[in-house]
Amino acid sequence: MSAVAADSMRRLPKRRGSGFFGNVAVRAVISLAVFIAFWEIASRLKWPWIGQAPAPSVVLDAWIPLLTDKGYWYSWVQSSRRVLSGFIAAMIIGIPLGLAMATSRIFNDITFPVFEILRPIPPLAWVPAAIIFWPTQELSIGFVIFLGAIYTIMLNVIGGARSIDIRFFQAARSMGSSNWDIFRRIILPGVLPSIIVGCEVGIGITWNVVVAAEMISGGGGAIQSRAGGGLGFFIWNTYIGGSYPLIVVGMISIGVAGWISSAIIRRLGIAVTPWLRLR
Amino acid sequence: MSDVAGEARSLREGIKAGEIQVSSVFKGYGEAAFRTEVVKDCSFTIERNKLTVMIGPSGCGKSTLIRLLAGFEQPDSGSIQLNGTPVSGPARDRLVLFQESALFPWMTTWDNILYGPRARGEVTRETIDMAEFLLQKVGLRDFRKKYPTQLSGGMQRRAELARAMINNPAVMILDEPFRGLDAMTKVLMWEYYAALFEETRRTNFFVTTDIDEAIFLADRLLIMSNIPTQVRSVLEIDLPRPRTQLDLVENDRANEIKMQALSILHEEAMKSFSRGSKAAADFVEAYSRRVSKV
Repeated sequence: MSAVAADSMRRLPKRRGSGFFGNVAVRAVISLAVFIAFWEIASRLKWPWIGQAPAPSVVLDAWIPLLTDKGYWYSWVQSSRRVLSGFIAAMIIGIPLGLAMATSRIFNDITFPVFEILRPIPPLAWVPAAIIFWPTQELSIGFVIFLGAIYTIMLNVIGGARSIDIRFFQAARSMGSSNWDIFRRIILPGVLPSIIVGCEVGIGITWNVVVAAEMISGGGGAIQSRAGGGLGFFIWNTYIGGSYPLIVVGMISIGVAGWISSAIIRRLGIAVTPWLRLR
Repeated sequence: MSDVAGEARSLREGIKAGEIQVSSVFKGYGEAAFRTEVVKDCSFTIERNKLTVMIGPSGCGKSTLIRLLAGFEQPDSGSIQLNGTPVSGPARDRLVLFQESALFPWMTTWDNILYGPRARGEVTRETIDMAEFLLQKVGLRDFRKKYPTQLSGGMQRRAELARAMINNPAVMILDEPFRGLDAMTKVLMWEYYAALFEETRRTNFFVTTDIDEAIFLADRLLIMSNIPTQVRSVLEIDLPRPRTQLDLVENDRANEIKMQALSILHEEAMKSFSRGSKAAADFVEAYSRRVSKV
């Protein structure tokens, strides 16, 4: 085998095809470039519908000054903190609850009806109640975000735990495992891939509801900048102010934030489930 | 190498082979009019230090019997006794090797093998040495850090054998363990498994639907009836060990046993055929073709 061939063999896993277009990063850049170019042209030519939106170049013009604006970055920090705390609360409560529902028949029968009634209520519908329930604005916002993530996490945990092969339990039991041992060494690792999927989808939903949640705040804790108060609030505020390019900046910011969060969870997920990686 | 010999000796000495007595066991599923008797007045013995093979038409209730032997389920009536003590639930003295792999996918080969000792809090220097010895015995020393999905089908079965053997079960129960392996791997596994059995002479109970596999491995062959299952016939397979695949073709005694077994199986399969079972129809077709070839 020639050195060149050996080299290309070594690089195989990173490439999904051959040549320039086989590179994943290249494909991603092409995808974004085509999307932005289409948007720019359509916007400038005032095509129906999409012509109403500010062109990418206009959005970029509005965005660049913000990059040095403390308030804008503070919005990032604030939204991330809210999403993270709501999401972590959803994990802390959702994962054990889901496991309990999957492993205990009695617990499941008692909690399932309530769960099923609460689940279809959209987080948005909870906004007024959340304002009344919780003493501070931050808690109200965190609660709505928490609701956005918890059902998805729980459903995945329950489904994951129930789909563990019954033979694993039989084998473990035969070899002398106690209940605790089975929980720790069979159920937990068995359900881990589903927990990760639940979290990945769940954190996406928390960014979905962050706009609604931050409307509660009316900018809560905004520092002296029209860009403070959280990314969701930022969108709402710029809409009130009638600055369309800034609305798009807010939207893209949330999109990027969601993408980064999901990517982090995906990475963490791959790190803690090595047996799925090495097929 | 004296260390290895020592391990082999301690493996043999550690074995307390058991004998299972199944007496008029009944087991059915469903309620009232929908009730199906799967096991009906079934009695047999899994003799000590012998490799007992059970063969029967598919869907005849063999897997139900295994669940009863393992203690995953209880018989409706009748008794199952290990060395005279009734079986009341799953325990390390009766370990099952399931159809297809039941290795824990999230554990490496090494962790899978040590599962039982860890579960019972029995990890000592000797257990670690034994695990090391078994790992070598099943030829997976270079695969100790691999996950089950990284092993081939044959390797997975061998890892599972090691995972069971480290617990020193009084009886090993194998439920069609080599099903799904390709023909070549299957024969290699027969040879490997038979040699392992001869070395340790642990009581083994092996369930299969493959007549060649049955004759290659068995000391005693239990031929089961159609559902509800009972023992139709017991054949002593007095072929010398070690056996080779060639023996199965050339040895007159082997062929005689095969003919005898097939005629009983054929009769039983016809019964389930008349019940309209697709599985049974396949079985009849496959075996009548084989009978005519012999």
